[in-house]
Amino acid sequence: MPKNPGTVPDAAEGLDAHLVVDRGSFRLDVALTAAPGDVVALLGPNGAGKTTALRALAGLAPLGAGHLRLDGVDLRRTPPESRPVGVVFQDYLLFPHLTALDNVAFGPRCRGAGKTEARAQAAEWLDRMGLAGHAGAKPRRLSGGQAQRVALARALATRPRLLLLDEPLAALDARTRLEVRAQLRRHLAAFEAVAVLVTHDPLDAMVLADRLVVVEQGRIVQEGAPSDIARHPRTEYIAQLVGLNLYRGQADGHTVLLDAGPAVSTTEDLSGPAFVAFPPGAVTLYRDRPTGSSARNLWRCEVAGLETHGDQIRAELTGGLALAADLTTVAAAELDLRPGATVWAAVKATQTHAYPA
Amino acid sequence: MTTGREAPRKARPRAPGRGVPLALLAPALLGLAFLLVPLLALLLRAPWRDLPEQLTSPEVWEALRLSLLCATTATALSLVVGVPLAWLLARTDFPGRGLVRALVTLPLVLPPVVGGVALLLALGRNGVVGQWLDAWFGITLPFTTTGVVLAETFVAMPFLVISVEGTLRAADPRYEEAATTLGASRFTAFRRVTLPLIAPGIAAGAVLAWARALGEFGATITFAGNFPGRTQTMPLAVYLALQNDPAAAIALSLVLLAVSIAVLAGLRDRWMRTA
Repeated sequence: MPKNPGTVPDAAEGLDAHLVVDRGSFRLDVALTAAPGDVVALLGPNGAGKTTALRALAGLAPLGAGHLRLDGVDLRRTPPESRPVGVVFQDYLLFPHLTALDNVAFGPRCRGAGKTEARAQAAEWLDRMGLAGHAGAKPRRLSGGQAQRVALARALATRPRLLLLDEPLAALDARTRLEVRAQLRRHLAAFEAVAVLVTHDPLDAMVLADRLVVVEQGRIVQEGAPSDIARHPRTEYIAQLVGLNLYRGQADGHTVLLDAGPAVSTTEDLSGPAFVAFPPGAVTLYRDRPTGSSARNLWRCEVAGLETHGDQIRAELTGGLALAADLTTVAAAELDLRPGATVWAAVKATQTHAYPA
Repeated sequence: MTTGREAPRKARPRAPGRGVPLALLAPALLGLAFLLVPLLALLLRAPWRDLPEQLTSPEVWEALRLSLLCATTATALSLVVGVPLAWLLARTDFPGRGLVRALVTLPLVLPPVVGGVALLLALGRNGVVGQWLDAWFGITLPFTTTGVVLAETFVAMPFLVISVEGTLRAADPRYEEAATTLGASRFTAFRRVTLPLIAPGIAAGAVLAWARALGEFGATITFAGNFPGRTQTMPLAVYLALQNDPAAAIALSLVLLAVSIAVLAGLRDRWMRTA
């Protein structure tokens, strides 16, 4: 959330961008605004244009059209080295021939600080990142998490008014990721200017950002608070990301007639175009048609595939309704689930969630 | 450093029936012999007993000194203009870049004598550029030590440019982008990031260029002549000695061979490991 809500639309402070970049047949067309203190995540599948958007903000890719203002200053004609923008690259791109300290001191040096002063600043940043003991280490001697923090320190050391992070956690293994994500969240929360991060990981986006901008095929398909997007996904991609079965249809009272065919009973009372969503865990599977079940949403399905999903089994079903269902390993064994098997899938109306499209 | 990687290769058992066909083996061995026998002959016929005396003669030392001086100066000159040229070819896009690249590599395939003639026509007293150098500054290049350096630079620099350009293309240009986002101008990014990253490639190119310059004969004798102490480098001395003192020629050749082997050994250990 903006730390000073209400000043966003017309204030000079912060980021006001409309990025249009043409790349052959691909066109990126994304509008982004953010107030100082905001952390915005660009979330989208690979090839959606997220990194292109970041490169355009940094000045590494030319802007075809649109505008780019940071704190009221038009940056379109400003070369990248003169923009008050810091970038944390996906694989960090720490200069391999320089120590961690000199990597961080590089920015201040280029922006006019003397050698001693730049190093003093760099040492301070490394200390803040808990890396004081690694100042003299070359990048290849650093762990993934440490390299990530050096990269962050290097970007922050130029005191940018816009911090860009490209898949900041993608290069880390699962365990380090958890730890680094928490640290990064703290550092981003403390950052006083605008931060824009690009990720394809919904968890990273939701933990790190105040606002999500979902980009697909070069366009914004949805934006809002993470919790809002998680509850009300508007595209298949987001629904999959947040682990929901999502359908589009026409609502009429407590029933939504899906574009895919069947109708779904819901608790919400709506009319007109609507989305229905329910989590895979809300689906109950039966070997035979249940007789006493109170569920009104019941479909005859075929198992298309099975995969382990954490400590659960996720069954991909086709037939009456294409959906994903989560069940315990024991339940899967008892049902004798195999690809090709026929099952009945039931979802209680109270477990579904319908909202206008 | 290489032994650790090569050991398992030697130990790897060969699959049955996968021997080398004679049709390939015979010409391969012939080729190998063709390359090795002359070097062997040089060693066999070397006047080992007279060698110390041969090598301590002032003419030999004069030629060796001149060779090393000129080759090193030519390499330095190639570095100063060749590295930026390689950067231009690798990192920028301008119309006719392919043509420029082809022209840069032309001296690689051009007969060195032709290079010498071309240098005479360009930098000779009446040459396209040379006449002005002579008229304005009183500078005469042909048949001087400077002329030797220029002739060697002409034939050696392409080796450096090609080597550095290849290294630059293989280097990740995003490091330069990262430097740019930190406030570095393109030149600063080149100087503080790219140059250190491609240093091994530059060194390899410099050694290649140096070796080429050291052995340079055709362009040198055409453009700079053959004056002992001034333009007579080792290869020229070898050629001249062969006419009237074959033993001296062999001794001089041995020195050059030793230098070449040293260069090759240095190259292999440091930069040709991946090849």
